Amino acid sequence: MSRPEEEGAGLVSVATMEIIVAALFFAFGAVVMFDSYRIGASWASDGPESGYFPFYTGLIICTAALVLLVQGFRKRAQVAVAFVEAGPFRQVALVFFPALVYVGGIALAGIYVASAIYIALFMVFLGHYTWLRSVAVGLSVGLFAFVLFERWFHIPLPKGFVERALGF
Amino acid sequence: MDQSVARVRPRAAGSSFFARRWVAALSSALVLGGAAGALHAQAWEPTRTVEFIVPAGTGGGADQMARFIQGIIQKNNLMKQPIIVVNKGGGAGAEGFLEVKSAKGDPHKIVITLSNLFTTGLSTGTFDWTEFTPVSMMALDQFVLWVNAKNPAKSATEFIEQVRAAGGKMRMGGTGARQEDQIITVSIERAAKVKFTYIPFKGGGEVATQLVGGHVDSTVNNPIEAVAQWRAGGLRPLCVFDDERMPYKARVTETMSWHDIPTCREAGVPTDYVMLRGIFMPGGVTPAQRDYFVGLMRKVRETPEWKKFIAEGAFNPTAHEGDAFVKWLTRAKDEHRTLMNEAGWVTKK
Amino acid sequence: MEELQSLMHGFAIAMTWQNLMLMFLGIILGVLIGVLPGLGGANGIAILLPLTFTMSPTSAIILLSCIYWGALFGGAITSILFNIPGEPWSVATTFDGHPMARQGRAGEALTAAFTGSFIGAFFAVVMITFLAPMVAEFALRFGPPEYFAVYLLAFCSFVGMGKGSPWKTIAAMMLGFALAAVGMDTVTGQLRMTFGSTELMRGFDFLVAVIGLFGIGEILLTMEEGLEFKGRSAKINARVVWQTWKELPKFWATSIRAVLIGCWMGVTPGGATPASFMSYGVARQISKNGHNFGKGEMEGVVAPEVAAHAAGTSALLPMLALGIPGSPTAAVLLGGLLIWGLQPGPLLFVEQKDFVWGLIASMYLGNIVGLIVVLTTVPLFAAILRIPFSIIAPVIIVVCAIGAYTVNNAMLDVWLMMLFGVVGYVFKKLDYPMAPMVLALVLGDRAEDSFRQAMLMSQGSLSILWQNWLVGGISALAIALLLWPFLAPLRARLRKAPEPA
Repeated sequence: MSRPEEEGAGLVSVATMEIIVAALFFAFGAVVMFDSYRIGASWASDGPESGYFPFYTGLIICTAALVLLVQGFRKRAQVAVAFVEAGPFRQVALVFFPALVYVGGIALAGIYVASAIYIALFMVFLGHYTWLRSVAVGLSVGLFAFVLFERWFHIPLPKGFVERALGF
Repeated sequence: MDQSVARVRPRAAGSSFFARRWVAALSSALVLGGAAGALHAQAWEPTRTVEFIVPAGTGGGADQMARFIQGIIQKNNLMKQPIIVVNKGGGAGAEGFLEVKSAKGDPHKIVITLSNLFTTGLSTGTFDWTEFTPVSMMALDQFVLWVNAKNPAKSATEFIEQVRAAGGKMRMGGTGARQEDQIITVSIERAAKVKFTYIPFKGGGEVATQLVGGHVDSTVNNPIEAVAQWRAGGLRPLCVFDDERMPYKARVTETMSWHDIPTCREAGVPTDYVMLRGIFMPGGVTPAQRDYFVGLMRKVRETPEWKKFIAEGAFNPTAHEGDAFVKWLTRAKDEHRTLMNEAGWVTKK
Repeated sequence: MEELQSLMHGFAIAMTWQNLMLMFLGIILGVLIGVLPGLGGANGIAILLPLTFTMSPTSAIILLSCIYWGALFGGAITSILFNIPGEPWSVATTFDGHPMARQGRAGEALTAAFTGSFIGAFFAVVMITFLAPMVAEFALRFGPPEYFAVYLLAFCSFVGMGKGSPWKTIAAMMLGFALAAVGMDTVTGQLRMTFGSTELMRGFDFLVAVIGLFGIGEILLTMEEGLEFKGRSAKINARVVWQTWKELPKFWATSIRAVLIGCWMGVTPGGATPASFMSYGVARQISKNGHNFGKGEMEGVVAPEVAAHAAGTSALLPMLALGIPGSPTAAVLLGGLLIWGLQPGPLLFVEQKDFVWGLIASMYLGNIVGLIVVLTTVPLFAAILRIPFSIIAPVIIVVCAIGAYTVNNAMLDVWLMMLFGVVGYVFKKLDYPMAPMVLALVLGDRAEDSFRQAMLMSQGSLSILWQNWLVGGISALAIALLLWPFLAPLRARLRKAPEPA
């Protein structure tokens, strides 16, 4: 699917990715420590306070993140290995970002309609199926899910204007 | 075992159930598609599925009651539209209440409450009962002071003496922190001038088991949570936290009925606490919409199944609607605020 | 024997055509519920509970418990086929089940999982039949310190298994612990790390994280490798069941260990999920194929499945014998007993003999029915892998989204699932281990709660953790398991030592 000249071009090296992830870990650990300190992180007379365990969890995360950061920088000085190459990353992006749009669409159109549209579009654009087939599959999955959850199991899933117009 | 019942009913029940759903769906679609608006006068009725929110997890007391009410409504065909139970128990029920709060004016949502209507509301400072529309009080849940049957104390007075002698080392097990069980514990501490070590657990069943296993010294379980262990001789009830004895005189164990348990006031520990099992709607619904559910819940309470359920769970069968309910709620909220303020559990905004 | 006589009587009650029909119906519904991630056995039973009010208690509990068996069986299906755990207890099944499917051995993996489930359940029912009162007595001995020791044991049996960077293992595991702490603290009622958000009060659900990490993460990885699903070459023939069965007997030792772990964790409220992790961890350390685990070893499918089903089944024992639920599903069933006018508890065995023995007999029958149903569907499920990836991928994402939503009826969880999907993708590529993270997420807050309850009990003294033989014994076992990976090379060296001499 991807153009040949893109093959092999690394978008980001493993070492850089390691550094980014370690930095995120550090930030996360710091947030955990901060909030735990706020609610009390000491060992009271009747055992640990609410923030005691989370505080030390955060501390360990920060420590591990620092070690991983150093390791990441060291690795960076050596040979660069690609974390992901441009071609494959395009593939991942082609699935991931539409999926995000789909999740956003659930809030607007309800889960059944959004799912039917998403499946149909995915099949047409990524699977190169005909519109007829794609729409048929999308609709039948949406309809089956609707009958299964709303009618048989009585589990209310997010609904949009279509369902509301039909009186559900 | 009545085999004929077992043989005939299941299939009939199943098929008619599904059939009913389809008919309901169809008819509602017809109403909306064809003659929408023709019905808006006088009596209101739900036009789509009603969500019954439980601000607690699956399997607890509130969840059981909600599903029981759902079953009664379905079985007796009390409502044309389906009713479904949805659990939203996060943050000690805050999640469920906040959803109802944000669904202002939506007549297709009802919520069952327990004491967390007050306790969670006060301790998180995120909602208040006046933001909801009270429908009706279905019953009040009782609390009983239980000890392990091996404990020599035969009365609440004797037990309190033990607690005093232990100097704060006696363990009281309860459900959750800063909720009804701990409130009762604090009330006992105040009334009897003693001290407990309160140990919070996640559910009432677990608390009762911890008492039978001897890991805690006492609990304030609801009758329904502890009755099995009482009958089997594992636990002993000392007193009930209500201003009157329970009305149920049928024998539960070989020698005692619920009625034989003295009130804590009689037993020398002047405290009382009952837990609301009530139904609310979101704020901003019309009186006609509220009246529909008031009527529905009244019909539920009149069924023989409900009466049996209330007796078996040894609930206080007091039910209120309208002004009487509002009056009760106002008083209960004040009591909770006082108790929780004294204990330092109220979030100041 | 008195029990045998009662059991025969139970079979007479359960063996009516109507009840057998209900069993089939229940199993099929249960498998469906188990296949859908997020929709657990507890939900399924809770949803159908009001339907059973008009049935006799025996028929009602047969229907509902069969839904439960079906859900236990069904959880393995999506784990193996798509790396999406249908139920929390089938997370460990993905570790070897999914690699098997990618090698084109989905049919074998499914057969091994289903048969393992059946074996686990069967032995647990035998235990319920003959040892219920004794085991119930044992369960009562477990207070907060004992629970903590059990959680510690579950951890230690699993932690030693990481191969990659120890710092990455620590970071990932601590991330799990930190996420588990979000929400309301049971012991003090304080809100932790919610930063004023009401959505976060609920905390991070294990299942949402797992659907994202494993399910969405796997799809992203598959996309990166091109639009191919490696299981396409799956051979489908009806004899796969028979061929797999011939291989299974050699896992007898693993199965026995798994049954023991499962029964124990089911009776004490550890539950099926820790049991499956623990059994997988122990099998990996003890089995001679241990080094191959994670690459598609059948033993790595059998171990967690046997334990999960044994735990899931024996979780019903405390419910029947003590009236306390051993699992969320048991809690809902317990509510059912009350609604049908039965009182669970120690007297149930005395007062409701027909009901109890009918139920126990239906456990045997229901699992046999379940095994037949799921085994006949093996070729069918294996065939799903032949559907082109560009059709199945969006359907999987839709199923994951529905699953994540149904866990708590919350839209935020669907967004979190996507976020965890990215985390899963990045972690996998950078060799951060995910298993310790999910185990920390599922056990973290429970372990912390029981530790702090124990501390309240002892007024802050740690000695409560070795105050009696039970808690001391479990703790010692935990430490032994933790040290096992270090002991094993030592032992090997000792064994070798005499040779040169």
